[in-house]
Order: sequence, then structure tokens, then C-alpha cells
Amino acid sequence: MRDGDMREIAIVSFAQRQQATIPTESEVEFMVPLMAQAKDAVGLTQQDMGFTCSGSSDFLAGQAFSFVATIDGTGPVPPISESHVEQDGAWALYEAWVKLQCGDVDTAFIYSYGKSSPGSLRDVLATQMDPYYVAPLWPDAFAIEGLAARMLLESGKVSERQLAEIASRSREHAASNPNAIRKTPKSVEEILAEDYLADPLRPSDIPASADGGCAMVLAAGDRARELCDRPVWIRGIDHRIDAHTLGVRDLTRATSAEIAAQKAGVGNDKIDFAELHAPFTTSEAVLTDALGLGDDVTINPSGGALAAHTMMAAGHIRFGEAFERIARGDGDRAVVHATAGPVLQQNMVAVLEGE
Amino acid sequence: MAKERTAVIGVGQTKYASTRGDVSMAGLLREAAYRALEMAGKTWDEIDAVVMGKAPDFFEGVMMPEIYLAEALGCVGKPIMRVHTAGSVGGSTACVAASMVQSRVHQTVLTIAWEKQSESNAMWALSLPQPFTTSVNAGAGGYFSPIMRRYMAMSDAPELIGCMVAFKDRQHALKNPYAHLHQPDLTFEQVVDSPMLWDPIRYSETCPSSDGACAMIFTNEDGGDAHDGPVAWIKGTAMRSESNSYGGRNMVSPKASEECADDVFAQAGIQDRRKEIDAVEMYVPFSWYEPMWLESLGFAEKGQGWRMVEDGSTNHEGGDLPVNCSGGVLSTNAIGASGMVRFAEAALQVMGEAGDHQVDGARTAFGHAYGGGAQYFAMWIVAADK
Repeated sequence: MRDGDMREIAIVSFAQRQQATIPTESEVEFMVPLMAQAKDAVGLTQQDMGFTCSGSSDFLAGQAFSFVATIDGTGPVPPISESHVEQDGAWALYEAWVKLQCGDVDTAFIYSYGKSSPGSLRDVLATQMDPYYVAPLWPDAFAIEGLAARMLLESGKVSERQLAEIASRSREHAASNPNAIRKTPKSVEEILAEDYLADPLRPSDIPASADGGCAMVLAAGDRARELCDRPVWIRGIDHRIDAHTLGVRDLTRATSAEIAAQKAGVGNDKIDFAELHAPFTTSEAVLTDALGLGDDVTINPSGGALAAHTMMAAGHIRFGEAFERIARGDGDRAVVHATAGPVLQQNMVAVLEGE
Repeated sequence: MAKERTAVIGVGQTKYASTRGDVSMAGLLREAAYRALEMAGKTWDEIDAVVMGKAPDFFEGVMMPEIYLAEALGCVGKPIMRVHTAGSVGGSTACVAASMVQSRVHQTVLTIAWEKQSESNAMWALSLPQPFTTSVNAGAGGYFSPIMRRYMAMSDAPELIGCMVAFKDRQHALKNPYAHLHQPDLTFEQVVDSPMLWDPIRYSETCPSSDGACAMIFTNEDGGDAHDGPVAWIKGTAMRSESNSYGGRNMVSPKASEECADDVFAQAGIQDRRKEIDAVEMYVPFSWYEPMWLESLGFAEKGQGWRMVEDGSTNHEGGDLPVNCSGGVLSTNAIGASGMVRFAEAALQVMGEAGDHQVDGARTAFGHAYGGGAQYFAMWIVAADK
């Protein structure tokens, strides 16, 4: 959505934590410090927030209504105006952005989190597939991506070497990111020498699974300018979904990302860098194409979701990574992307710009 | 710039039942969605976005089912969101969907909330063992019964008020073809004599487990004005949440409930709640919650809500504030849908489309949902007049 009549909404603060496992802390325990950090950065308390929204998954927590415990971390006494999506936090951000567009409130607090380490995420994700025809087969999430990767390679759009280049560059970028997990440098040749994990995907082609979460404050117009030196404005944002049935869509494209990019106004001005929620090297190759990003655009300066993938927060964290980079002056305009579902089924695209 | 006025132009519900084995999850949702589209005179092509809600994914065993439902909900190439706010989710989903139009982000949206409890087992899903936590293994009834006892003690309400609520709602359900429980031969004495499950709640004073879905179509002011058919205008929406436990928390009338009500009544410009509201659809999964919510929502003075039950004020026939003419949650509980059913039934009342359970001349109606440990609230007010 992109419209001259829309309110200006900016990200004004962000905090995150990602590590391979967070074994001794519950979700609410590790989220409380992040929530405080994001609020303290702009001198706001929970009671200053016009709206609060979060994203998480009961299937990761292994508990129905798991978010009911985490809301206590916000300090919702007196009561707060609040909502939750069972989606990546990027969609919680979107819900808050819509709420801010209604004009009733000027600030919003958004958080998301996921702890995959207690289970086997690649198996858990099988329960996301068609429950009657596909999920009973327990298809492994990496195997599904491997099938799509094979189609992509055979389409000639990308080579295994190009995928290895993406993996190598992610490690290089991740080296300076304290929240990245897979950050040891590896050359293209070394990656190509890895054994296949889900043919044709190698270990470096798949995401480094993380536990963690993030918290963020949004503000509208002059309120945003009061709260921080350089608000990062959401100039356009849109999300779309493709068909779920793998056999009915072209897995070498992300059609819904193409529509979202066009609606968000990606092609309207120069882009300095992109933070793409690309869990697999193949995802990045497909997205770069779908979003029309040229060679002059730095892709995933944080290392991206390959370097650290916190399920339910990875898309939201892309917004935060782009915010921090622009806020400190390392670029003015960025494309941000979030995804959900197998093989980039659902996609959100936003354009962020510094004041 | 003021918010866009938003109209409800379509409502669709499935037949609710303990097992809808005749349809898949996708089929269940499409049954409700098609009925809403038909009433609105819209096709899938005219829907800009879908906002879906349901309670925990463990209730069916499908993680983030909006992913699988994209095609069934006509969403390919469109936006879909998935709201999950505990038992209030059906109401919250409607509030989020309304914001899509109120913000002018979209013109026309379809919102849908559902549960297909027969796919799994809710008592199991609610009792998964957690590290370092002792499960009471009592489900929702065990959690809420002491709170209802507290209300009875505070208000000196007669012991059988709960049975009166349950009997009334089961009678109301007979006028609603979609309701799950149709018990034409049920007598008040049978309600009283039914087994005690969670004192003070008897078997007949609690809700069933249902499969079902409820959908609505919202459109903007121009769309509502141009609509050739009944319209319900959204006059206010509100959501509030609070901690499950904190020092001094009033669990009988939580602060989040009272503040949510104050917000939504203020938005609608309503001063005298009992007088200006013509029909109420409130979330009453256990009978005693009717008098409790009547007080918390400001329809009755504190300690006096049970008198409205006793004197028949909340009856469809003859009551001045009819509550749950659809039969309510006590007659149908497809958990994730239940909040939206309350909102949708309120809309049907002001549209004049409630059939045999229509409140004559209803112009303004109130829809209500709650969840968690009575800590999540969603409410709306709809009216026949813009």
C-alpha cells in the first residue's frame, strides 16, 4: 500500500537477540529485557503505547495460548489495547501499521519471538502443509525446499555455484553481526565441496536455526521525530500469498512477492540495500529476481536469515536490521522482505527510508 | 483525517455441530464464506484481503492454517492475515478486519473465524504438560468456577440463576437453525438436575464443543451506501488485554473488560447503555457469566445483574435487553468462531436478518468476546443508522 494520503509511520527503536539455543530461559524471560531495551531507547513505557501487537507460534512453544504468558512481559497493568498474530512478527508490524493509519493512536509496540530448539523444526513445519493430503506424509521442510531448488537449477535461472556465492557472501556479511550464528568465512569452493543435505541443497544453503526474538517501537509523524534522531519511515508496505499446493505454482518464481514489491513501490527510487527473509540460498536468488534488485543493491548486509533464522521473528528482524543500518547512516533507502510458508508462499515487501 | 465509516454487508455461518465430518476444514470455511459473499452480493474478485482468526492451532493440529487455506479462501495473489488472541479471537479478528477498511488500506475485506474441534481434542490441547508448571488438568470450567462462586458470594444471587440463563439460551437456540444444540424437550428441571461438572456449573450450564465457521464482509462508506441490501454500520470497536494475575485483580469484573466497554460505548456515543442497546450478543460459555458480564459491561449495577436474569429482562420474548437470542456460546461453541458469531449476530439484528430470533425493531446492537483467564476482550457496536 502506497498512497499520498497515508500517515507517515516510522520505526523509532529496535532490540533483538538471536542465538543457536537459549536453553535455560523461557520465552517470556528472554523477551522481557528486549522489550525494556526497545522502550527505553525512546524513553517510553508500556502505558505510552497506543497499540501493542505480537507474533509467535503455539506449535513452537508446544503450548496452546502460549502468547498469553508472554504478554505479561509487556506489563499490561492497567490494561492495554493489544492483539496477536500467529504469524511472523512482520505481520504484527503490519497490523500495527494499519492501526496507526486509522489515526486513533500515534505509537505502537511490536514484538515477536520463537524458540525452535526444543523440537525438530524441519519436522514441525510438516504440520503446516495440507493436513489431508501432504502433512500425513511428514514431508521434511528441507526436502521440500530441495525439490524446489532442483526445479530452479533446471530452469537455468541460477547455478549451484551462484548459490554457493550467496552462502559465502552471507557468512562474510554475518561476521560483523553479533546476532549472527553462522559467521565463519567459507569460500565458494569450500561450500561446493560440502556434501548435500537435501539434494541439491548443502548445509550452507540452509538457515542456521536460532532461538530468539525482537521488540520494536513505531510512531507516526512528528511523534516519531520527537522520539529519535533519525526515524526510518515505512514508505510502502504490502503482503500477498500464493497458492499452497506446490504443484500448482511455479516454484522458480515468487509471484506474490512480485505483486507486493510493485504495490510497495520498490522500483520507484534507488535502493541502497535489501534485507530479505531468505531462509535458503535459493530463496534469495528467487527474491532478488522477484523484487527486481540490481547488482548495485547490497543484499542482506546483516548476513540475513541464512546466518540466523529465528522462526516467527526472522521477517520482523529484517525490518529491525534495516532500521538500525539506516538510523546510523549506513544507507538511506532499503527494501525489506518477510516470508511464511513453504518455498516463499507468503511474502511481505516494504520500502524503508531515513529522515 | 477521520476513520473511514465501515459497513457490514454480508454475514455467513455454517451449521454448527459436534462433528462436521461431511466437510474438510477448507470446505467448512468455504460454506461460511460463500454465504457471506452471497448476502453481500459480492464475488471473490471483489474481495481485497482476508483476515482469518481461530483459537490454538493444536485444536486441529495444523500449524498456521492460513498457509494451507490460501486457495480455499480465494486469497491467491492477495493479502491474508491470521489473528490469534485466545477466546476473544473471533471478535478481535473482526476488529482487525474492520481496521483494514477504517484505515482506507482496503475497500472490501472478508473476515472469517472458525474451529473444527472434531479434528483434535481441545481438552488435550489445553492440557499439554509444561516444564516447571503444574497442570490443573481441569480445562476452562475448572479455571472459571471459583470466579463464578466468588460472584455468587458477592452478589447474594440465588443458586439457580445460572440454570435460568442456560435454559433461556437453549430455548433461544431453537429459533436459530445454525445453532449446534437443539433441545426442544429440555425442561428447566432437567437443567437443574444435570450432573455437576465444576461447581457451580452443571452439565447443562456449559457450552458444547462445536465445528463451525462464521464470515463477514466489510466495505467502505461508499460501498455501504451503494449496497442494495441490509447494512450494519460499525459504530465502535475496541480490544483490551491485561495480565492473568496481579495483586488486587478483580477477576469477577476485570479492569480490561470495564475499560474496553467504556471505550467502545464512548466511540458509539452511547450514554445509557441498557436503554440505547436493543440486542446483546455476549460471550457466555458458562451460565453465570451472563449476570457477571451484564454488570461488568455497565448494563446493570454491581451485584444486580442476576436480577435481570430473574425477571426475564434478557429474554428474547418480553425482555428489554435481550441477550444471546442466537442461543449464544452455551448452545454453540466453535471456539475460534464464537467471538465472531457474537459480532455477526449483533450485525444480523440491526440488519433485520436474524430470522426467528430477530429482536423487533433492533437499531443498535452490542457484540462481545473474551478469552484467556478473562483477560482478553473484544467488543463492537453496530447500528442500522450510519
